[in-house]
Amino acid sequence: MNAVSVGLLENTLNWRLPSKGHVGMWCLIAAEAAIFTIFVVAYLFYIGKSTTGPQPKDVLHAPIFYSVCLLASSLTIHIALLKIRAGEMAAFARWWLVTIALGCVFLFGTAREWNSLIFRDGLTISTNLFGTTYYSLVGLHAFHVTMGLLALITIALFFFTAKLRREHSDRLEVLSMYWHFVDVVWIVVFTVVYVIGT
Amino acid sequence: MSTTSIALTEVPASRPFPLHLHEWVTTVDHKRLGILYILLGVIFLAAGGIEATIMRVQLVRPHNDVVSPEAFNRMFTMHGTTMIFFVAMPLVFGFANYLVPLMIGARDMAFPRLNAFSFWMTALGGVFLYFSFLGGDGLYGAGSAPDVGWFAYAPLTAKTFSVGHSTDFWTLSLLSSDIGSIGTAINIIATILCLRCPGMMLGKMPLLVWLNLVMAGLVILAVGPLSAAQIMLLIDRYLGAHFFDTQAGGSAVIWMHFFWIFGHPEVYVLILPAFAFASEIIPVFSRKAMFGYSVMVLATIAIGFIGMSVWAHHMFTVGMSAGASTFFVLSTMAIAVPTGIKIFNWMATMWGGKIRFDAPMIFCVAFLFQFLVAGLTGVTLAVAPLDWQLGNSYYVVAHFHYVIVGGILFTIFAAIYYWLPKVTGKTYSERLARAHFWLFFIGFHLTFDFMHIPGLLGMPRRIYTYEPGRGWDTWNLIATVGVAFQAAGILFFAGNLVWSYLKGKPAGNDPWDAWTLEWSTSSPPPIYNYATIPVVRSRRPLWDLKHPEDPDWRYE
Repeated sequence: MNAVSVGLLENTLNWRLPSKGHVGMWCLIAAEAAIFTIFVVAYLFYIGKSTTGPQPKDVLHAPIFYSVCLLASSLTIHIALLKIRAGEMAAFARWWLVTIALGCVFLFGTAREWNSLIFRDGLTISTNLFGTTYYSLVGLHAFHVTMGLLALITIALFFFTAKLRREHSDRLEVLSMYWHFVDVVWIVVFTVVYVIGT
Repeated sequence: MSTTSIALTEVPASRPFPLHLHEWVTTVDHKRLGILYILLGVIFLAAGGIEATIMRVQLVRPHNDVVSPEAFNRMFTMHGTTMIFFVAMPLVFGFANYLVPLMIGARDMAFPRLNAFSFWMTALGGVFLYFSFLGGDGLYGAGSAPDVGWFAYAPLTAKTFSVGHSTDFWTLSLLSSDIGSIGTAINIIATILCLRCPGMMLGKMPLLVWLNLVMAGLVILAVGPLSAAQIMLLIDRYLGAHFFDTQAGGSAVIWMHFFWIFGHPEVYVLILPAFAFASEIIPVFSRKAMFGYSVMVLATIAIGFIGMSVWAHHMFTVGMSAGASTFFVLSTMAIAVPTGIKIFNWMATMWGGKIRFDAPMIFCVAFLFQFLVAGLTGVTLAVAPLDWQLGNSYYVVAHFHYVIVGGILFTIFAAIYYWLPKVTGKTYSERLARAHFWLFFIGFHLTFDFMHIPGLLGMPRRIYTYEPGRGWDTWNLIATVGVAFQAAGILFFAGNLVWSYLKGKPAGNDPWDAWTLEWSTSSPPPIYNYATIPVVRSRRPLWDLKHPEDPDWRYE
């Protein structure tokens, strides 16, 4: 049937190719990075171009605590992966839930910040260019955190229904790549919005 | 999975239609999705072609009033958007879907369900776009399609100037097709990097696979910015934001940058697969191995890189700084170098070969000549001072149609004729194909050769009519006459497909005596592609098989 098989060559036996999950996730990250780049460029381009107030330096306060929470979640998800690879499922679940909790704390921080900006400072997405670019960039990131959290929670549900096993660790690693990416994006957003922008 | 697939192929072909349809709608097979992509492209090609015909009929003589100015605006917007996003992209992705797994000896794409999702997102985008004819005005009955041009410059897209929902349909349509494009690009890259059969190192992949790898990389980097710009436009229109609102300090020029950061790499997304078809077809019909394989790969990668840094040559007339203009002039001219290398490589492949002028080859030869001309007018437009004179004139329109029709569409016809026997297992009529070629060739040259001239004489694009006595009349008449020839050619093409379906003879596994893996399996290929995964040792595995006394791997 298949006439091309010219017999087993020596390199057939040790033919190794990259994992498709990793390659696929790297490609998704590249595409997402391109989207974020455009939003970051728009933010930088419009700094100081708002025709009316409020201005960033008057209303923005760097959310240090919540940022530390999000960055720490990169560490906890990494530890969770080490645990599942070692077969310690209970420890894995603990670190996984800590990761989810840290992500939720971060989102709570964003919600609080938006609440005070909207109701105390009167800044909405249509107020001025600062509002437009700020809510879009931070909102796009928060949307990605939310998506990541939904994925993390799905895994937690798999764990609690006893469907998650040690051999799934490779797939969890692909998910963790996305989570690390979301954290790295936050470092860029934080720098642009709270350091350069003010 | 595999057991159900095998079971499906054993079901007799005389099933009731709904069952058949259900199977196609729910398919995750790369070959079926490839065919669906190509069918989607062909259907929208008819729609986009009708819109083009309406425009040419309107412009056939001065002061013509076949359509209103408003309808004319809708026609050129719909024509451009349709042809790029719902004809060229689906055709390109369709061939990539169908051929890449077969050519690398794989059984499917890396992520079959993502593949189906991507196709249906693209199809949804097309539905959004054309639904605007009905729903563009909201609920008032008579609708209106988008009329802001295919690059939709601000502030035309602002709520003030685009009331109703036509621009929203345009945005959602592009956003939806973007998601599909990125999904397919991820799939193509993961398939090529992770599913090659044993022995197929990167340097032994067919050129089509290499070119599609670079194409998918460009999609990953270029389509994101378009999506970002569409999201910003949606936020502007629905939430009252000010990204492109000049009244509130926003910038109309930044939309142009964001659009063309996508828009120019997109040209390479479309032309690289055209190069891919030529790089497979020309060697087979010249009976020679591809000349300069590694140089072709390097030139492709160079085009990929340089292609990301030429976008603002669409914006010379905006008035950029001298430094920026100079940079984009030089980068645009630089990209002619790797492209020129490719043209020389194809010619060197034909040189001294025993050329067979079957339909795929004649389309490719026409492509070589036409793409060269398109490239040369491109170099003239890269000269910023000349672009200030010719920007947004019919010279530009003629130039990019030379690329897209003369370059891309001609190779797509070549590819359809070349792989049709593999896809359907049936031959086509060579006589009908030749009639298709000559009619389309004559029509193409009548329309687009002569379209350069009114451009040089100052006729701007996108005008719905013009005054007599400016020296534009005859050229416009000739251009419109060419459309009739092109349409007749397309009818022969459609007729050929019907002929092949009704009367085509069994094509056999390898009708062209070709060398890449897809010709080693049956026509059409079984759902699993290969019963045993092939092992390759050179770039032309079937040559090695047919000539065991003189295999390629001795020389590579």
